[in-house]
Amino acid sequence: MNAKQYIAARAAKELKNGDIVNLGIGIPTLVADYIPSDVHVFLHSENGILGVGPSPDPEHIDPNLVNAGKLPVTVLEGSSFFDSASSFAMIRGGHVSVSILGVLQIDAMGRIANWAVPGKNVLGVGGAMDLLEGSKRIIVTTLHTSNQGVSKIVKELTYPITSERKVDVIITDLAVFTVKEDGLHLLELSPGVSLEEVQQKTDAPFRVAESFKNGKEVMAQWL
Amino acid sequence: MFGSVFYISQMLHPQKSKRGKGKKMSKLITCEEAVKKVTSGSRIMVGGFGLVGSPLSLIAALAQSEVKDLEIISNNLGEPGRGLGVLVRQKQVKKAIGSYFTSNPEVVKAFQDKELEVELLPQGTMSEAIRAGGAGLGGFYTPVSVGTKMAENKEERTLNGKKYVFQEPLKANFALIKAKKADRLGNLIYNQSARNFNPMMATAADVVIAEVDEMVEVGEISSEEIVTPHLYVDFIVVKGGN
Repeated sequence: MNAKQYIAARAAKELKNGDIVNLGIGIPTLVADYIPSDVHVFLHSENGILGVGPSPDPEHIDPNLVNAGKLPVTVLEGSSFFDSASSFAMIRGGHVSVSILGVLQIDAMGRIANWAVPGKNVLGVGGAMDLLEGSKRIIVTTLHTSNQGVSKIVKELTYPITSERKVDVIITDLAVFTVKEDGLHLLELSPGVSLEEVQQKTDAPFRVAESFKNGKEVMAQWL
Repeated sequence: MFGSVFYISQMLHPQKSKRGKGKKMSKLITCEEAVKKVTSGSRIMVGGFGLVGSPLSLIAALAQSEVKDLEIISNNLGEPGRGLGVLVRQKQVKKAIGSYFTSNPEVVKAFQDKELEVELLPQGTMSEAIRAGGAGLGGFYTPVSVGTKMAENKEERTLNGKKYVFQEPLKANFALIKAKKADRLGNLIYNQSARNFNPMMATAADVVIAEVDEMVEVGEISSEEIVTPHLYVDFIVVKGGN
C-alpha cells in the first residue's frame, strides 16, 4: 500500500452504514476501493448520480455514464439520475452525509483552500465550494507535505480560501487530526511515525487530543 | 366546459385529435435550419458536463456557420477541438459563463490572450441560477462562496444568523440541449448522467432547440417518465443530421 492508498483506506474507516458519500477527485476517489464489506454507503456524484458503482470493464464503458471526474462508472441497483440543480440542492441542502475532498492547504482553524492557485488565472471552481458549504461532514485527505516537503497544514492560507466552513477531519499519510472550536487536535499517528516528525512537518500549531493513539495502537486497530 | 368538449371530440375522432401529428405542430427541423436562427452576439446556453450530454451535432453546425461574438453559458467549454472547444478555437466565442474551464487548455490560452472573457460561478450556483431564470425568479441568496473571491462584488446578507450572497438568475436567447429521446410534441427524456444541465437550460431560454438520439410517436414515452414537458421545447433535431 502506498501513501495515497493508506490515506484512502484510513478515510474509508470513517464511513458508516447508510451514509450518502461524495468523493472528490484524486485520493478521495480511491476511498471507494477500501470501504469495509460490512459498511454499505451510497455514492453521490455531483453530475447527477446517486448509487455509483465500480468502474466498468473496458468493454462495458457507457459514454453517457461518468462521474464528476468525467471517468466512466457503473451504477448499482436502486441508483437514480437527476439534473445538476437537483444534485446541488442535495449538496447545499445538507442531504449528503460526508464529502471526502482533496486540498491544497488547510489552516490552523481547519479551513481549506482547494480550488485556485495564486498567480495563476482562476478559470475553474466546479463544485468545490458547494460541497464544502453543504455536506454534513467534511473529511479531507492529503499528503502531509508537498513534493518539495512544504507543510500543507499552515498557520494561514496563502491560497484562496474555498469556504469559511471548517472541515471535520484531516487525514494525511502521517496523522489524523480532528477540528474543534479551538483548532486542530492530533488524534492519531500513522504506524512508524513519531510525534516529533509530525510537529516538524506541520506548520500550523495543534493540540494532542485526549483520545490520542500512537502508531503502535493504530497498527493494532488495523490488524 | 372547453375541457369536456375537447374530450368528446377526441372520442368521436380519435385519429384526428391525436395532437402532434399535424404538420403545423411539427417541431422537427434540421441542424442547419436550427443554426440559421442563431445570430452573432447571441447568448446561448449549451448543455453538457464536459462532452457528456452536450448537443454535438448542433455545435458542429454552429462551427460551420458564420456566427461569432457568442456568449456561451455552459459548465465547460469542451475539449481542445471537440464540442464547444471547436467554437473557441475558431474564435466564435466572446464570453463564457460556467464553472470549470481549466480542462480545456485552449480556453486558458484564449483568456490569457484576451480573446475570451470568462465569468466563473460555483457549479451549484450556476445550475440554480439557470433554474431560477426559467422559473421566473428574480434571483436567490446562497451560502456558497461567502467569504471567498467568488463573492467579491456580490451583495451579502445575513438571514437568521447565516451569511448569504445574492445570485442573479441566468437566461439566454437560445438553449441548445441534448436528450435521449423526444416524442413529436417535444417531451424529452435523458440518458443517465447526460442529463446534467439540460433540463434547466430547457426552461431558461427564449428559443430551445433539443438535439435527440431518437424521435418517437406521442404516447411512446410514458407520462411518468417524461423529464422535460414539451411546453419548454421549440425545435427538435435528430443527432447526426436528417
